[in-house]
This record gives sequence, C-alpha cells and structure tokens, in this order.
Amino acid sequence: MALKGLDIFKLTPKTNCKECNQPTCMAFAMKVASGAIALTDCPHMSAAALDKFASATEPPMKTIDIGAGECAYKLGGETVLLRHDKTLVNSNLYGICISADMPDAAIEAALTEMTKIDYERIGKRMYVECVYVKCNSDAVRSAEVAVKAVASGRVPVLDCADPDIAKSVLGAIKEAKPVLCGANAANWEAMNAVAKAADAVLGVSGADLNELHDTVEKLEAAGNKKLILDVGSVSIKDAFANAVEIRRAALKDGDRTFGYPSIVNLAALAPGDLVTQAALASIFTLRYGSIILMERIGYAEALPLFGLRQNIYTDPQKPMRVTPGLYPIGGANENSVCCLTVDFALSYFIVSGEIERSRVPVNLLIPDAGGYSVLTAWAAGKLSASSIAKFIQEFEIDTKIKNHTLILPGKVAVLKGDLEAKLPDWKIVVGPNEAIQLVKFLSTIN
Amino acid sequence: MPFIKKPRTLKPLGAVSIGTGERAVKIGGGNTLPLYFFDAKLSNPPAVGVELTDTAWDAAELPLLAKAYEGAATLAERVACAANMKGVDFVCLRLEGADPGGDNLSVEECVKLAQEAAAACTKPLCIAGCRSEEKDVELFKALAAALQGQNVLFLSAKEEDYKTIGAATVLAYGHKVAGESSVDINLAKQLNVLMTQLGIPKESIVMNLGGAAVGYGFEYVSSTMDRVKAAALEQDDAMLQMPVITQVATETWAVKESMASQADMPEWGDLEQRGIQMETVTAAACLASGSDAVILRHPVAVDKIAALVAALI
Repeated sequence: MALKGLDIFKLTPKTNCKECNQPTCMAFAMKVASGAIALTDCPHMSAAALDKFASATEPPMKTIDIGAGECAYKLGGETVLLRHDKTLVNSNLYGICISADMPDAAIEAALTEMTKIDYERIGKRMYVECVYVKCNSDAVRSAEVAVKAVASGRVPVLDCADPDIAKSVLGAIKEAKPVLCGANAANWEAMNAVAKAADAVLGVSGADLNELHDTVEKLEAAGNKKLILDVGSVSIKDAFANAVEIRRAALKDGDRTFGYPSIVNLAALAPGDLVTQAALASIFTLRYGSIILMERIGYAEALPLFGLRQNIYTDPQKPMRVTPGLYPIGGANENSVCCLTVDFALSYFIVSGEIERSRVPVNLLIPDAGGYSVLTAWAAGKLSASSIAKFIQEFEIDTKIKNHTLILPGKVAVLKGDLEAKLPDWKIVVGPNEAIQLVKFLSTIN
Repeated sequence: MPFIKKPRTLKPLGAVSIGTGERAVKIGGGNTLPLYFFDAKLSNPPAVGVELTDTAWDAAELPLLAKAYEGAATLAERVACAANMKGVDFVCLRLEGADPGGDNLSVEECVKLAQEAAAACTKPLCIAGCRSEEKDVELFKALAAALQGQNVLFLSAKEEDYKTIGAATVLAYGHKVAGESSVDINLAKQLNVLMTQLGIPKESIVMNLGGAAVGYGFEYVSSTMDRVKAAALEQDDAMLQMPVITQVATETWAVKESMASQADMPEWGDLEQRGIQMETVTAAACLASGSDAVILRHPVAVDKIAALVAALI
C-alpha cells in the first residue's frame, strides 16, 4: 500500500533546503509518491521515517525464492486476486509425492514417470518442478530418499515435523535450497532454527487459520520471513477455503501476516483418486495454490494442467505468440498445400487444430504479425502482402515447398491481388473466414 | 493475534429452473463468488449435465464411455442411460444429425427423435442444435412446439437469431433459452439487454459465454467469467446476473489431447484417460471461474465433478 504525497511530506524536515535538488519539500514528497525519485535523496530523513516508509511500501505478498541453479523459482509476489485486474506474476509449481516409507522400486518408478514429462509448449519447457518427500522416523532412510529427489533435478519439498530428523536430512541436501514443511504451533522454535541454519524456506501449518496466523506471527517476530503456508488437509472444503482466505486477507485486506505463498497437498486430500486430484489442481491453479502436489503426474494430468497454467499466467496486456516459421501438419511434405495464419497463439492453435481434424496434410505458415489476430494484424499493418512476401523469402518457403498453393485467411481476401503481384509463381487461394470451416474447405481443395 | 474473518454477504443472483415437477433443476442463484461456499450459506450449487448426440459416439478407444451406454440401441435407451449416470443433474441432447453438412435429418425426423428422448429422460432436458444457423432456427421452432410444457432449455440463441429463437421457445411455449456470445463480457451483456427488451423475462435466460479447452486460450474464458461474476455480485449489474452454462465437452473432446490415438502418440498413454482429465480439468476451471452449470460427456468426469462440487459445499 503506497503512501500518498502528503503522508511523505509529513516525514520530511519541511525546511525547503533544496539539498535534494527539488524546489520544496512538498515537490520532493510528490515526486517520491509517484516513484520518480527515492526517499533517500533527502539527506535529512530520519531513520524512523525511513523505517516507516519501508514498511508502508512493502508489497502485500512476499516473493519467496526456492530451489537452486537451474531449478530456482520465485513464488508469490502477487498484487492482484484476479489476472484481469493487472496480471499474475509468478506461476504456481506442480510436484509429485514420494515417501521414505515407499520401497525403492516404487520411488524409482514415480521419478521415472515424472521425468518422462518434458516437452515444449508455445516456446516454454513443460515439466514437473517439485518432488515432495515425506520423511519418516528413520533419519538415514529419509535422507537417502531426499537425495534421490534432488538427483531427479527438481526442487525437494521435505515434510518432517521432527526438528532433529529435519536437521540431518537437510544436512544432506541443503545445496538444493529445499522447502522444509512441518513447522506448527508446537515445534516452530526448533523448526525455525533448523530451517534458518540450512537457509531453507519453512512451510508452516496450523489446526485452523487462527493457529496458523499466530504461528506465522511468532516466526516473523523471530526474524523469519521466508515462509510458505500450508492450506491443510482436513477436508477439500477446508483446504480451498483456507487458500482463498489467506490470499484474500493478504491482497484485499492488507493482512501482511498471510502475505506468503501457499502449499497444497492433493495426495492427502483425495488419496488414490487422480481424477479428483487433477480437478482440484485445476481449481487451485486458478485460486491461490503456489505449490500444488499430486500423488503422480503422467501425461494425462500434465497436458491439461500445464496448458491451463500457461494460459492463466499470461499477461492480459500482451498476447501469447508462437514463433514464426513453417509448421508441417498431418504429415505434410514439400508437395502439400500451404495455409497461412498469424502468430497470435490462439489463432495458431485453432487453425492447427482444425487442419489436424481435416486429416489433410498442410504446411502451416506463420509470419511475424506482431502477435495479433488476423484482422487486427491486418488493420495494424502487421499482416500485408509485403510482409507475407518477405516471410516467404526469409524462410525460403519457395525452395522448401514445391506445391506453390497458398491459402489465405478469408478475412484478408483483400490481400489476394497484391500478393499475386508480389509472388507471381504462387497460386493464391482465398480460404474460409472462420477456422471451423477449414475441414470442409480443405476436403474440397484436393 | 488470531485471523479475523471478514463477513462477505452478497445478494443471491437470479436462478433459472428447467424441467418440471419434482425433477426440476435450478441453475444459478448463487450468493457467493464461484465455489466460495464458505462465505455464505449456499443457496444453490452448480449443476452438472451430460451430453449425448442423436448419433452414437465413436467410442472405439473409449471403453469406459462405451460401457456407460452398453446395450442401449435406440436414442431413447441411450438418453435413459445418460439420465441415470451418477452425478447427473440434467441431460443435454445435441441434434448433430440435423447438420446440413452431415446427415441432414429433416426437422420432422428431429422432432420425432427429440420426443422419444424427452419421453425416456428422467432428468430435465436441454437441447442443443447442430450449429447451422438456418437449420437451428427451424429446428428450435418445431421442437419448442412439440415439447410444450416440458420446460426445456434451448442452446443457444445468438445476436443474429435471438428474435426468432427467443420468440419461438420462450414467448410462445414457455421454455428457457441460452444466449450465446463469444467470450466477451460486453457482447454477453448486450445480448441479455436485447433479449429482455424483446420481452423475455430474466428468469428464462441463461448465459452461454462461450468456452475453450484448457491450454487453448482458456485465459479469455476465465477472465470473462471472473468479470461477469464480479459485475453481477459486487456491482449488482442486473443484466449480467443470469446463470452461466458452459459446454465443456464440445471443446475438450475436439482437441488433440483428447483425440490423438495412443498409436499416434505412444508417450502420451491411454487416450480415454487423457480425454477424461482434459474434460475434468477444464470443467473444474470453469466452475472456479463462474459456470453455474457445465455440460460434460464422459461418465467418469461427470461423477468426479459432481462429487467435487458436493465436497466443496
């Protein structure tokens, strides 16, 4: 919550000494409020005033760093409850669960299934980021399993409520910058000491929101502000309510105590039921889960969930784009026709989906159109006969594809004449207005 | 210091009732933001519908779906199976066979099919057209008359045809109608305004805001619904307070994740499992964003989504 200009003015010495290079203290305060200059530009600002300013400008939700090296992530730091209010900044993470009680073969199988999920979707690598390790009373075994999790190249999330065992397990894996879950109203002091010594983010749980709130306050008073809040596993209803209440309190009601990312264990909420876990993962992706853990994640779960997350965490002010280029679909080769659309991800997905459905092999051409839809790109001058001709030349489509039939989106039929002049050895065909009509259209073109 | 829970009381939204007598189902009427049942005593939970078409599913790679309709030879028998599925609140019959680009069944044939279906259906009925504008208008006119008194929900009227469809279904025969707009809050509101100006009561209008499968531009669906619900609940916008219905199945079963066979994509694994998860994840995301009713296809998705809604109450 930012201070207003007048609030800042009250913190200044009000002497108009001009040492900050501003004509008056009032002008200085107004510029600070707008973010143009820093409060520290005033040499007479008292320490108390600086403190007050720091706490007033602190973001409502902290950004927490977890993991190390290539698997380092940021969680939290959100400023709005819904993406259309501005944008969501740090996307949630997904993880699978293993436990020290599981036999080695089962652990290997779970980790192998997880590492198989590794693919690219609209320019982003899709994979499972976290492995949750439930420790047991055997510190050596727990550490052994935790090491396996680290070896899989993912961020380990330990669950251990015994400070001694937690200390010894963390000793084995602390370079991985893990999350340590298990602090509660009873053990928070000892757990805090263990987490701080290993520089691990501490996961806090409570019997209810009151207890959780109390424990977080105590941990903050003890100087720990690297926390993650467990939404609990009493019931599905309870966990969802907690996730919403925590985030809403932080962002809407200015309750800084709850201004931390959350962790949701779906394996505990719907054990053995992967369909319900996937449905819950979907809800928590939209509503305030930061680390979302499932028993297992196979392709059936990854494909929809990663797609959803990629959608939700796009900035509403910027369109999602695909890389310009030549995309052969349905086993297309140099003798297949060419279809053209724009690099707006939604257009690409709808058009490529319809081409696939038609079962006609097509070379889909995606020029750089500024990430706009067909009509918008055309209106903005980003999709023109010359930009298309330039694309064909740059990507050497002339030589790569022998079939010189180019299907143009129906909405830019107006480009046909110009394009024929610019690409004399191509046959320009005007396609349908809507992607949905492509199946029928393509069935007639051959 | 304990956590202070702020009271959040909102006015309940309008509900639309479909079906008759004891079997009637109310869609909408919520008094909380989507799924926030912990904020207030619940007035009405979201409803789950199952869709089927007059032509049978191609269930070659979907053994669980095939099993749900096992032994059902006629449309009436399949409708009875659908109505008895676990978790189903209403049945949506999609008259795919009417498509002029497909089987092109005549309006009379479709009326006969719909009457058989309605007679066999033990749950409220919702009827969707074949997405051919001219045909759907003719179809809905005839069906509204043939199904008089059964309080059917027709999917959907658009800005181009709301006058004919609205008049034929609601004004002439007292059915309910969904107004379809394409993922845009302003278009949705405009259509509601136009339909109410035509004399269609608010209580007879459902909003079909359009849909998408997750991963396929779902952010537009989600943000549109977020904004519609915020306007309806927090700004008391009467022209956006109609319940929202979303055809999830038609979106999710048309993307490659739910269509590519295991032979084509061996690493993706079992096709049916992929289809179920695609449908379930999309349905859950729609409910969290604001759908008051979702229309699904697979019995496992229907069961799990209905159970999840119950668990959240």
